[in-house]
Amino acid sequence: MILISHHLSTYLILGVFLLIAGIYGLIQHKSFIGMLVSTELILNGAGVNFMAFNRFLAPDPAVGQVITLFIMGIAAAEAAIVVSFILAVFRKYHSIDPDEVDELHG
Amino acid sequence: MTFYQGIAEGLFFAFVILVVLGSLITIRAKMLMKTVLGLAVALLGVAGIYFYLGSMFLTLMQILVYIGAICIVMIFGIMVGYTPTEVAEKSIKDWRNKFLAVSSAVTAFLLILVCVLKTHWVPAVAGNRDFSAVHLGHEFLYTYCLAFELISVILLIAIVGAIILARGGGAKTAVDLPAEKKISAVREEKGETSV
Repeated sequence: MILISHHLSTYLILGVFLLIAGIYGLIQHKSFIGMLVSTELILNGAGVNFMAFNRFLAPDPAVGQVITLFIMGIAAAEAAIVVSFILAVFRKYHSIDPDEVDELHG
Repeated sequence: MTFYQGIAEGLFFAFVILVVLGSLITIRAKMLMKTVLGLAVALLGVAGIYFYLGSMFLTLMQILVYIGAICIVMIFGIMVGYTPTEVAEKSIKDWRNKFLAVSSAVTAFLLILVCVLKTHWVPAVAGNRDFSAVHLGHEFLYTYCLAFELISVILLIAIVGAIILARGGGAKTAVDLPAEKKISAVREEKGETSV
């Protein structure tokens, strides 16, 4: 009997699922906060991948944990910055819909 | 498979289901508040996955940093930023966006799935198998010292930048401030050109 939690592929597929859920949400959400949340899903997918390779393939188990902690720090900084961006945008445009913030006509 | 292994497998599946359900709530919910709560559920599942990957420390950090800090920051953003009813209606708007989202997600999933299943993963020669926080801290402060210092600098810059952005709103110039107005008024009285 092979345990499914002892397989590298299980974790990699879970990471892929988080990545595609993030991509789907990033395109489909109609507000900046929804897009920020989807970005967090993508970052978590990367973290799961790093931890899986760390557990099954890496010679030193500290490396993947260091990278995952680094990703967590980046995500925290990014969330703080983006939320303050959203506040500034809301104050100017009174909306957090990306379609309405189009002064540059991009 | 022994009894305890069965329990462990069941818990593993529970965490996987948490991740999948949380992600689905995150990307399908119409209310932004439910989106963030779905994210919290998914992150809790990922914390459990980290536990199965051998790192108790990262499990705790995931719960502390992601669920305890990042989700709260997002909820603050929601509470300050908008009224829930107006975004609820247009959160899932047109079919073009949905088509783009589904096609890109399915394409990416299939491509990476083929890569994952076709590749023959070769483990490195097993050296150190120490997953403890002591070993991690030692590596952080000696081998990966640059990453440690970099993350502290990045967090500092991000916090200062966030305060400046959220407080000022970007609209004020120096002339709008009361003291500057007084100075320019005095200068105009004296007939000087204001700066």
